[in-house]
Amino acid sequence: MILFDPFFWEVFISGLLAGVMYALVALGFVLIFKASGIFNFAQGVLALFAALTLVGFQTGQVPFAHLLEAVFGLHVTHWGDGMPTVLALLLSLFVMIGLAWLIVKIVLRPLVNQEGIILFMATIGLAFVLEGVGDLMWGANVKRLDVGLPEGPSDFLLDHTGMFIEKLEISAAVVAMILVASLMLFSQYTKMGRALRAVADDHQAALSVGISLETIWWVVWSISGLVALVAGVMWGAKSGVQFSLSLIALKALPVLMLGGFTSIPGAIIGGLMIGVGEKMFEFYIGPMIGGATENWFAYMLALLFLLFRPQGLFGEKIIERV
Amino acid sequence: MIYREAGDFKTTYKADQETFPIRLDKVGFWLSVLIVVFVIPLFLNDYWEKAVFLPFFIYAIAAIGLNILTGYCGQVSLGTGGFMAVGAYSSYKLMTSFPNLDMFVVIICSGIVTAFVGILFGIPSLRIKGFYLAVATLASQFFLVWLFNKWEWTYNYSATGQITAPERDFLGVVVTGAYSAPWATYLFCFGFLFIFGWMARNLVRGHIGRSWMAIRDMDIAAEIIGVNPLKAKLSAFAISSFYIGVAGALYFSVWLGAAEPTEAFSIDKSFDVLFMIIIGGLGSMTGSIIGAAFIVLLPVVFKTVLVGLLGWPTDIAEFTQIILIGSLIIFFLIKEPHGIAALWRTLKQKLRLWPFPY
Repeated sequence: MILFDPFFWEVFISGLLAGVMYALVALGFVLIFKASGIFNFAQGVLALFAALTLVGFQTGQVPFAHLLEAVFGLHVTHWGDGMPTVLALLLSLFVMIGLAWLIVKIVLRPLVNQEGIILFMATIGLAFVLEGVGDLMWGANVKRLDVGLPEGPSDFLLDHTGMFIEKLEISAAVVAMILVASLMLFSQYTKMGRALRAVADDHQAALSVGISLETIWWVVWSISGLVALVAGVMWGAKSGVQFSLSLIALKALPVLMLGGFTSIPGAIIGGLMIGVGEKMFEFYIGPMIGGATENWFAYMLALLFLLFRPQGLFGEKIIERV
Repeated sequence: MIYREAGDFKTTYKADQETFPIRLDKVGFWLSVLIVVFVIPLFLNDYWEKAVFLPFFIYAIAAIGLNILTGYCGQVSLGTGGFMAVGAYSSYKLMTSFPNLDMFVVIICSGIVTAFVGILFGIPSLRIKGFYLAVATLASQFFLVWLFNKWEWTYNYSATGQITAPERDFLGVVVTGAYSAPWATYLFCFGFLFIFGWMARNLVRGHIGRSWMAIRDMDIAAEIIGVNPLKAKLSAFAISSFYIGVAGALYFSVWLGAAEPTEAFSIDKSFDVLFMIIIGGLGSMTGSIIGAAFIVLLPVVFKTVLVGLLGWPTDIAEFTQIILIGSLIIFFLIKEPHGIAALWRTLKQKLRLWPFPY
């Protein structure tokens, strides 16, 4: 029986946990898409940028050290021993909020009322800029990120069930759940949350009752900056902070397709489905066809799924008029 | 004074449909073609061939292909890298299986193979639209690159997984392999660009191109007035993939000479080509070519200036280059969402009226 096979459960649970991580990135997309109709391709790079900034603050790196050396011949690398993790996290959050403000002012404000595809392209441009700035500020080498999360396999599960599950993944899942719950509470029960939902519903109507679009966008981009920071911390702690971190955005896209671009529960359930599906496929079918199927399985799954349900699992029904 | 018609005196549809209605444009175009064909090859060296002209021509073909799909038919695709890989690998298989086949035939056949793959991956476009489709085309990108990594038959079971172009000729002139002369590869690629640019220009102003544009502007309305969306969308996918396949085949066999799927056909290629058509102008032939020139030449210029003249370390120059390209994309989108081609049109309009404001 497959259900009594500990390997099955190990694969299943590690799939679920990976799915939570995907959902975390997808969440950042959904928040921005709902509030501004922008498909934010830069979400992955935002996560990379946030993680780089965090490591930079933590270890006390001097930003643009390499550039300063090349241009002015000034050789500085560190300004001290760094700072405690909590302070670094807070500072990085401030950086992300400032970045959100800059993005809204410089990129989005002049592009109001453009077609969605133009805004999408603009975020691709943004991704390039952020990637370059991040590398230029903090250097492109792989960095270790340690925020004090537990590591290694969970002994409890290993002893009792024989399953090999990373502690880090469990804590990531817990953090993600807390984040999702608090975002839901925020959007349901606060004034700002209500304004966000109003904007998501109808821009013009929201404007006409006196909600400032620009402020809302700033808030939304700051929140997805926060989500990016959390995602960056989790993925960075798992596999080091490096360029490939920004590719997790590509992992989140099929999740979005599956769950629908406008649904927060969709992002979570889509993430879990993709996480489990891709681990299962890789484990049971992967060896037959050469392995490394994780790169495309999620996309194929989402593609086939969309053929039958074009708006995704929880997306709004697409109604078209001429 | 020179750049001006005296008025709009067109009396035939033929005159109205002309690509270059102003004589100065027409003369200028043919003059530059003559210079490109007869003058530049005389002074061409290896560096200019490999770093500037070949990538420019090849990317221009790919950009025209993607522009047919995205700019004219409105289907955003992020699978260009994957389709280029199909073109490259089919040209490799053809070159190694039929050593006597002329290079021209090889390239065209690779394009046809890619067209079929394109139709296959275009089928979802009948149900999925917009961003969903853009993301769905990523499936082709990742799946195809994975396929060429894992399916040994495609790279003839070579131990490294790399494909290397053997020496083949076009009408007796060697155009691939290490011993090809710069002028030969240069003219070979330019020939493709010229023929396919001309074909595309005529396709998009004909019946099929109009049905693409109808689908792009509003698919439901187009369907109601009798445009068959199945035919229009799939033909756009087929023709666009054909172009991209041809570009991919040239990219591997003539320009690079050797390729390995993960690096050479990564998703960056898809984005590069997409940037070309956005910066150049969606739905414009001139735009595709200007965009290709822009994206290909920009890194060369930056590298020459930052590394060569200012003596910056290469990594900093590279980051600066990424930042600059990103900012330029944003800048162009803000200033002129319709690309350089639209700027060029405005400029032409101004020139026609000069020295009067209107």
